[in-house]
Amino acid sequence: MPKRRDFTNGLPDPIALREEILKKYPAKIAKKRIKGIVINDPEVDQEIMVNVRTIPGIITQRGCTYAGCKGVVLGPTRDIINLVHGPIGCSFYAWLTRRNQTRVPEGGDNFINYCYSTDMQDENIVFGGEAKLKEAVREAFEIFKPKAIGIFSTCPVGLIGDDVHSVARDMKAELGINIFGFSCEGYRGVSQSAGHHIANNGVFKHVVGLNDRERVGKFQVNLLGEYNIGGDAFEIEALFEEAGITLLSTFSGNSTIKSMEYSHTADLNMVMCHRSINYIAEMMEEKYGIPWVKVSFVGAEATCKSLRKIADYFGDAGMKAKVEEIIAREMAKVEAVKSSIKPRVEGKLAMMFVGGSRAHHYQDLFGELGIRTVSAGYEFAHRDDYEGRKVIPTIKIDADTRNIEELTVSKDEAHFRPDLVEKKAELESNGFAFKDYDGMMPDMLKNSLVIDDVNHWETEKLIEFYKPDVFCAGIKEKYVVQKAGVPLKQLHSYDYGGPYTCFGGAINFYVEMERMLATNIWKMIDAPWKNESELVGSMTIEY
Amino acid sequence: MLLRHTTKEVRERTALTVNPAKTCQPVGAMYAALGVHGCLPHSHGSQGCCSYHRSALTRHYKEPVMAATSSFTEGSSVFGGQANLLQAIETIFAVYEPEIIAVHSTCLSETIGDDLNQIVNKAKDEGKVPFGKYVIQASTPSYVGSHVTGYANMLEGFVKYFAEKTDEKIRQINLLAGWVEPSDMRELKRIMKMMKIKSVLLPDTSDVLDTPMTGKFEMYPKGGTTISEMVSMGDSMQSLGLGEWATQKAAIMLDNQCKVPFDIIDIPVGLKATDRFIQALAKAGRVSISESITEERGRLLDVITDMHQYLYGKRVAVYGDPDNIIPLIEFLVDMDMKPVYIVSGTPGKKFEERMSEILSERVPEAKYKNGPQADMFLMHQWIKENPVDLLIGNTYGKYIARDENIPFVRMGFPIVDRIGHSYFPTIGYMGGLRIVEKILSVLMDKQDSACLEEKFELVM
Repeated sequence: MPKRRDFTNGLPDPIALREEILKKYPAKIAKKRIKGIVINDPEVDQEIMVNVRTIPGIITQRGCTYAGCKGVVLGPTRDIINLVHGPIGCSFYAWLTRRNQTRVPEGGDNFINYCYSTDMQDENIVFGGEAKLKEAVREAFEIFKPKAIGIFSTCPVGLIGDDVHSVARDMKAELGINIFGFSCEGYRGVSQSAGHHIANNGVFKHVVGLNDRERVGKFQVNLLGEYNIGGDAFEIEALFEEAGITLLSTFSGNSTIKSMEYSHTADLNMVMCHRSINYIAEMMEEKYGIPWVKVSFVGAEATCKSLRKIADYFGDAGMKAKVEEIIAREMAKVEAVKSSIKPRVEGKLAMMFVGGSRAHHYQDLFGELGIRTVSAGYEFAHRDDYEGRKVIPTIKIDADTRNIEELTVSKDEAHFRPDLVEKKAELESNGFAFKDYDGMMPDMLKNSLVIDDVNHWETEKLIEFYKPDVFCAGIKEKYVVQKAGVPLKQLHSYDYGGPYTCFGGAINFYVEMERMLATNIWKMIDAPWKNESELVGSMTIEY
Repeated sequence: MLLRHTTKEVRERTALTVNPAKTCQPVGAMYAALGVHGCLPHSHGSQGCCSYHRSALTRHYKEPVMAATSSFTEGSSVFGGQANLLQAIETIFAVYEPEIIAVHSTCLSETIGDDLNQIVNKAKDEGKVPFGKYVIQASTPSYVGSHVTGYANMLEGFVKYFAEKTDEKIRQINLLAGWVEPSDMRELKRIMKMMKIKSVLLPDTSDVLDTPMTGKFEMYPKGGTTISEMVSMGDSMQSLGLGEWATQKAAIMLDNQCKVPFDIIDIPVGLKATDRFIQALAKAGRVSISESITEERGRLLDVITDMHQYLYGKRVAVYGDPDNIIPLIEFLVDMDMKPVYIVSGTPGKKFEERMSEILSERVPEAKYKNGPQADMFLMHQWIKENPVDLLIGNTYGKYIARDENIPFVRMGFPIVDRIGHSYFPTIGYMGGLRIVEKILSVLMDKQDSACLEEKFELVM
């Protein structure tokens, strides 16, 4: 076991660590990499180079555009057939591997447990795959009778010129259900992030606004960027219900395409994962006048803050009282568990390298236990996720970003909500913040190391330098880190645990950290005879 | 119901695959390359391929799975991936220091027509491959074959590059392993030791994907076939390929290139396939079969006869890869079980022939299909039509097993919800014993939990 370092008087300047990391790289790579590794100072604005191409050959955490589009944003929606147009692997690997839980009402559709593919063969690559795709859509329709089908393009599709959008249009006309395509070929962007944007565009264009359902609640909201990993959305739903908040639709955990169709009738959009879904929030505001706020339900404190923010937005005395009642009741439970666990884990060190939001959100949960985050970074974020939305106007649009369609959105006069625009202006004048995301860096400690798109070599060096008590990343990193004697908590799949949102989730997480950090199992790695000298006995058997 | 939309009426499909019983070539190439010592697999395509394959293998083994990618973007897809691969080779040797980079292609790089051979040669010409280090390649477009053929292509790539024929024959045989687990690789080596036959096992993922917890991460664990072993394969007396789909190409390459004659036999799963394997070894090594091996065989047979009543006549559905399920089906039939439904997404005409040989007399009612649309959805529909007593296949079967309340034995790739496959072999006689034990456990657990109280048995 590595010897722990003492950081009680602040974190050491990691400049030497950064130098050592860069020393290994060929000069050209080092020059680029240094811009993605920032020694944090929460008082100072620093630019970090992110959302750029990973250097070929680097062992990266990142996946592809298709993964971001199909796997992340559309995958958790249960009443749509997500048909992957491509060779078999793309659909196979996205089949149930993301733990998007969903609660299906009696008789409801649920296609999440199925994997659909056109299984392209070489003749489809040579002669084109549109005919096969059409036939596959027909077969899916006849066998499964879905209300919607989404078609996802994989790498070869764009290259051979199959037009999934025209196939979708034709099949929509033929079958009379909603069918739409996504040009989310794996190579479209530098990471999953491009796929999120493409998915946002597709859902906004083809789904949102199709159903002007009558109001069903006094306070109608949508939750954006919550994918119900491990049941996170269930926790949030229960909380809203108790507080009298009507959740129309979630994009996209425990959700349905049907609910997204009337999501434009909401009074407020709440954004959880800023990176993957802020596009829809922005477009809905432009088209329908629905304002959005950034929320987080990861961590008990964050949950209180978000609940109060919603109550403040609606300004309803009854809701405010209810929210305070819930907070008082639930925080008592949270404190009881926290006070028994915190003394056992306080002062430990954590690192987290995931996603486009989680590496930030989870610092709150660790903070509640007195565990400090010494280094963190995102896998596919943009500068605003690190530095805050204030930098958006200064972000340079490079060729890779230009590949992704920017929808031109205009006001929908029939559905626009001037009342919400007015409400927003009034609240803003009273200091209420909308679109409020200041990014991860201002919340991190001085001298913590912020690393974008961390790679394998850097991971090894980080562990050597900080000797963290817990490392948070994904499945590819899990056993690499654990072999080095450091427990790893997956923040994509939660290691098949969770939920970790809201009050109950915070308690789950505290208990999980107690399990991971207070165990003696890591101290048993060395055999008791490790340091004994070797003996050759006289009774040795000769083979 | 987890698979609530699956009904028993089968509508013929020609374009749509639902719940596949296969995946794509590159993951097989990656797995095979992990079985070579000091080798870093490299995926020449977009990042997602490498990420997905590493994730799939990591979930299956719960071990580090290291591999790199050419990280294609739109530009490389338009202008070709040469610059990306050249850069990757340079980066990898500088940062990760492997002995060998094993490059495999993807649907992306194949569609745009990247010539791996030419690019690798260019890398050598430009001095991007340090002295004593190697870059080898295999073509594995995802729209051809399956994960199994990807494995086969990578094996072929290794022997093509490394095996050398000199004037001196070496008194050893080449053992080309089909797609089996590290535990099985270890078992193969144990059997070779018992047979007292010197051999080179390629690939060998034991001590790579089943490594001990030491508190130290090793980028290149101690296991894996070494370069010198691969070089020596060209001088071996004979090659023995275990599984036609996965090893035939490499065996033929060794024959063509180095004149090493070969035999292709089944992966030794179950009684008869292991009998054939042991006999083939004895013939190849010109040795007699040791008493201890005969005793292992006897133990397996003893357990089968002891427990025959629980196996007899049981209807089984099996899905998986041809090399693995052909001998498994034979084994089930030998134990008087009835494998009635069989699917494999991996194409190949030989599958039907072998199934017919094994099943036509003993289980004439059996339905089997491989290749396009031979998927788990079809098999589930057959099960809906007429139920089975047992399901055998990879983890994805658990959805069918729960919906239909069928005892379920996990075999194949991937197994992502149980452990054991890395450590306890299912090949050879001892592996056969494990298969029997697993089958009996689930069948008898079902009987114990489902039978009437008055029929509950203490002794079984």
